[in-house]
Amino acid sequence: MAMETVIEVKELFTHYGERAILKGINLSVARGEIMVIMGGSGSGKSTLLRHLLGLNRPSAGVIRLLGRDINKMSELEMHGLRREMGVAFQGGALFGSMTVGQNVCLPLMEHTQLDEKTMRIMARMKLEVVNLAGFENLMPSELSGGMIKRAALARAVVMDPKILFFDEPSAGLDPVVSAELDELILKLRQAMGMTIVVVTHELESAFKIADRITVLDEGEILITGTVEQVQNSDNIRVQNLLHRRPRRDPIDGDEYLRRLTD
Amino acid sequence: MRHFPEQLGRRAMLGLEELGYVMVLLAESIGWLFLGHSRRQPVRAAAIFHEAMQIGVQAIPIVSMLCFAVGVMLAIQGIETLKTFGAESKVVIGIALSVTREFSPLIVAVLVAGRSGSAIAARIGTMQESQEIDALRVIGISPIRYLAAPLMVATLIALPTLTILGDFVGLFGGAIFTAIKLNITISTYFLRCIEILTLEDVGQGLVKSVVFAFIISLVGISNGFQVKGGAEGVGRATTRSVVLSISLIILADMIFTFFMNR
Repeated sequence: MAMETVIEVKELFTHYGERAILKGINLSVARGEIMVIMGGSGSGKSTLLRHLLGLNRPSAGVIRLLGRDINKMSELEMHGLRREMGVAFQGGALFGSMTVGQNVCLPLMEHTQLDEKTMRIMARMKLEVVNLAGFENLMPSELSGGMIKRAALARAVVMDPKILFFDEPSAGLDPVVSAELDELILKLRQAMGMTIVVVTHELESAFKIADRITVLDEGEILITGTVEQVQNSDNIRVQNLLHRRPRRDPIDGDEYLRRLTD
Repeated sequence: MRHFPEQLGRRAMLGLEELGYVMVLLAESIGWLFLGHSRRQPVRAAAIFHEAMQIGVQAIPIVSMLCFAVGVMLAIQGIETLKTFGAESKVVIGIALSVTREFSPLIVAVLVAGRSGSAIAARIGTMQESQEIDALRVIGISPIRYLAAPLMVATLIALPTLTILGDFVGLFGGAIFTAIKLNITISTYFLRCIEILTLEDVGQGLVKSVVFAFIISLVGISNGFQVKGGAEGVGRATTRSVVLSISLIILADMIFTFFMNR
């Protein structure tokens, strides 16, 4: 069965100043798939996410979301596409001046003409899904780390997006809460059939939720495959990452001396 | 030392870049104000009102106090100086003209720059750091339209209004001291003021205050959006925006005073 491609990245190159961050990324995600983008810090995974979200412009390459090139779209078209995508940021990025309920309502207020009561009900429904019923009148500063992530997730899915992006769901959470979030991601896919892209460095959570995993290292994709394929990869850098081994780059004596004295 | 020309060049480039950024910010804000409705993203009156409360209404007590003090101070100095020529009674001209043309707009602007310019930079900077600005963008809300435009309009309303208030309170401060010292009634003093003052004098102050409003809001907003580097970055942007806006206000004041009094 030919699966519909929802996200397609072709030969993506990006730079931060002179420094190359992403060096020719190719990636595609099918409808309903959970794709985990994994990599250490500095691997370029956050940068890749920012490009997928259309927050940065690439130096070269094509990014297609739902079949449309996001870097060739007009602002108005992009605005339309934003209805189809939800994002849960690493730190939640809830608006500090609004209650949890208002935070979840915000996308509805911007994109729909629904009346306030309907919006409130819809927001409550999503808060139920993430087990935050009854917390809608609290301010984000009154929530715990795990609650903030769940509230951010509720805001991300309030428009029933086709694509959900989740940045580091388990960063800074205890194992139990982070396992609950994994469950929640699986539940969301099952209930709404969303395509989900998760960026993480947590192995355990990646293996649990992923249909496929992309391992990123120093701006390049080392491997894209199922959990099994990644686990059985004979690439040394993939294995280093999986077994938490420190990198052992061969030391070049001359190069080392030159770096010190130059 | 040989790096000096290079440094100078770099600084100049950075300065130009920032000026360009501010101009784009201004153009986009104006664009959203007029075209927001057609793009289904209007700049909301409620947001403008909310900001105007903070920038304008809440500054009333302190503005009144300072302008009163300046009025009294002008009266003291004026009477003291004019005594040498035995022309104390001419003091009203001095107070009336300098309060409306110069001191009221200047004091109000410096105060609002310290009070609200810094708050604007700190708030937008914090939002930038916590990815709230990114969150706005991925929801499909232009941060310019949602944050910048209401702040700009609110400042443009608040500053001239506060300046008019400052005019009255400043004149009143002068009246109190003059009345006691020169033994005239306060109503005589104000009748003299009305005789002396033309619409142009008051208008000159108001034109200046509009220019100052642009300076305060643009400097605060642009510094906020350009925050990098965590809490320290937010602090730096806040300080920079206050120092920069007060400096620009005083320079602009000098230029305007020169051209308007030719």
